[in-house]
Amino acid sequence: MTDLIDAFRRAVGLIVTLDPKLVEILILSLKVSLSAVAIASLLGFVIGGALAVYRFPGRGAVAAILSALMGLPPVVAGLVVYLLLSNVGPFGVLQLLYTPTAMIIAQVVLVTPIIGALTRQACQDLLEEYDEQLRSLGASSSAIVVTLLWDGRYRLITAVLAGFGRAIAEVGAVMIVGGNIDHVTRTMTTAIALETSKGNIALALALGIVLLALAFAVNAALIGVQRLATRFAYA
Amino acid sequence: MLDPASPLQALDGDLASPPLPVELKGLTYAAGSKRVIDGIDLAIDSRRITAIMGPNGAGKSVLLRLMHGLIVPTKGEILWAGRRMDRLTTRRQAMVFQRPVLLRRSVAANVSHALGLRGVERRDRAIRVGEALKLAGLEGHASTPARVLSGGEQQRLCLARALSLEPDVLFLDEPTSSLDPASTLAIERLLLDAQRRGIKVILVTHDVGQARRLAHDVIFLHRGRAIEHQDAESFFAEPRSEGARVFLSGGFVL
Repeated sequence: MTDLIDAFRRAVGLIVTLDPKLVEILILSLKVSLSAVAIASLLGFVIGGALAVYRFPGRGAVAAILSALMGLPPVVAGLVVYLLLSNVGPFGVLQLLYTPTAMIIAQVVLVTPIIGALTRQACQDLLEEYDEQLRSLGASSSAIVVTLLWDGRYRLITAVLAGFGRAIAEVGAVMIVGGNIDHVTRTMTTAIALETSKGNIALALALGIVLLALAFAVNAALIGVQRLATRFAYA
Repeated sequence: MLDPASPLQALDGDLASPPLPVELKGLTYAAGSKRVIDGIDLAIDSRRITAIMGPNGAGKSVLLRLMHGLIVPTKGEILWAGRRMDRLTTRRQAMVFQRPVLLRRSVAANVSHALGLRGVERRDRAIRVGEALKLAGLEGHASTPARVLSGGEQQRLCLARALSLEPDVLFLDEPTSSLDPASTLAIERLLLDAQRRGIKVILVTHDVGQARRLAHDVIFLHRGRAIEHQDAESFFAEPRSEGARVFLSGGFVL
C-alpha cells in the first residue's frame, strides 16, 4: 500500500514538474490524435452529409456499414493499416510503418466512421424538418448538404469530441502500426501499457492521470456545447 | 417585380410575363392505391387571394405541394401561363408551411440564406433582409436566434422570408392554424398587402372566418376532387355543393 501511495506521489510530482519525458509523450499523443480527428472530421462531414441527402442504390447498406464500423475494434483497425503499410502491402514502398503518420492513418480509419455516422444522423434529423422548405427555396442537393452541416454544427462538434475521445484513449491501433518506439511513436496509452509491465508505476500512473483529465475535459466540453445549443434553441 | 438584370428574364422572355392563369388538367396524385388528388380540372386566373378549403384529408396540402412542384403528379399536368412546371416556374413561387421552418441561425441569417439560394447577390441581400425584417416587425431582432422567437413571430418571419424572394405566386398551408388572434391578424394584413402589390396568393385554410376575410374565390375540395370553385361571396352565401354546405355550417362532411 505504501508503495502505491509513493508511486502516486511521484506521479503527481512528474506532472507538476512537467517531466520532459511525460511532456514529450503527451505532445506526440496530442499531435497524432488531433491530426487524425481533423482529417476524420473533414471526411466524416462530407460522407455523413452526402449520405443524408443524396439518393443512390446501396445508400442504406453504406449507412449501415458506417454505423457498424463505429464499433470497429482498434486492434483490427491497426491490423488492417499494418497490412496495407507493411513491406508486402500495397503501400509498403512509402515506408510509413512505425511512424507517427502510420498512427494518424490508423486513427483516421478508426474515427472517420464515428464522426461520419453521427454526422449522417444529425443531418438526417434536420433534413426531416427542412426538406420541403429547402426544396421550396430551390436549394440544390449540395446546397442542402452545406445548410445541414452548418445547422447541425453543435451536434457535429459533439461528434468531433466523441471521435477525439476515442482516438486519444485507444491503444491497439497505435501500438500495432506505431510500434511504441521511444521518442518516435510512444503515445500515452502505449507508454502506460509498457511502463506498467516494466513495473515503472509512477510514470504509468502520471500518464493515466493526464489521460483521465483529458477525458474529463472532453466531457465537460460536450456538456458545455449542448448547453450552448439549448440556450439558442439550436439543439 | 423582378430585377431587370435577373437571369430569369434574360433566359426566357416569356417568364417576365405574369405566370397566370394556372391550369390544372386531370391532375391526379396517388399514394399507394389511394387517390389523394383525383382528377382535378381547374383554372385560376385572378391575381387575387384564392382559398382552398375542405375537411381534413381532402387533399388540400397535397394539391398545394403539387402546384409548387414539391411532389410530382401521378397523372395530369399543371400549366403556369401555358408553360409546364419546371425549375424556373418554381423559382417564381414561394411557400409558407403550417409549422414555421426556421434554420438554426439568426433571424437575419434565415432571410439572407433564402436569398442566397435564389441567387441574389451578396451585396444586395442586406437591403432585402432589412426590408423583410421591417415587414415582419422584427427589425429589433435581426441577430436573435430565430428559434427563440414566439410562434407568431416565427410565422411572420417565414412569411417575410417568402415575400423577400419577390415571388409572383405565394402558397400558404394553414399558416395561422396554431396562432393566436393577434398573430393571425398580423399574418392576414401581410397577405392583403402582398396581394395589393400584385402577388397571387393561394391559401389553404380551415378557418372559415379567415377565408371570408381574405379570399376572393374559394376552391372546395372533397375526397381529392374540387367539387366547387366560385367567388367567395357567392360561395359563403350559397354554396352549391352539399359538402360545402355541411362544412360551412360546422357539420361533419362524410
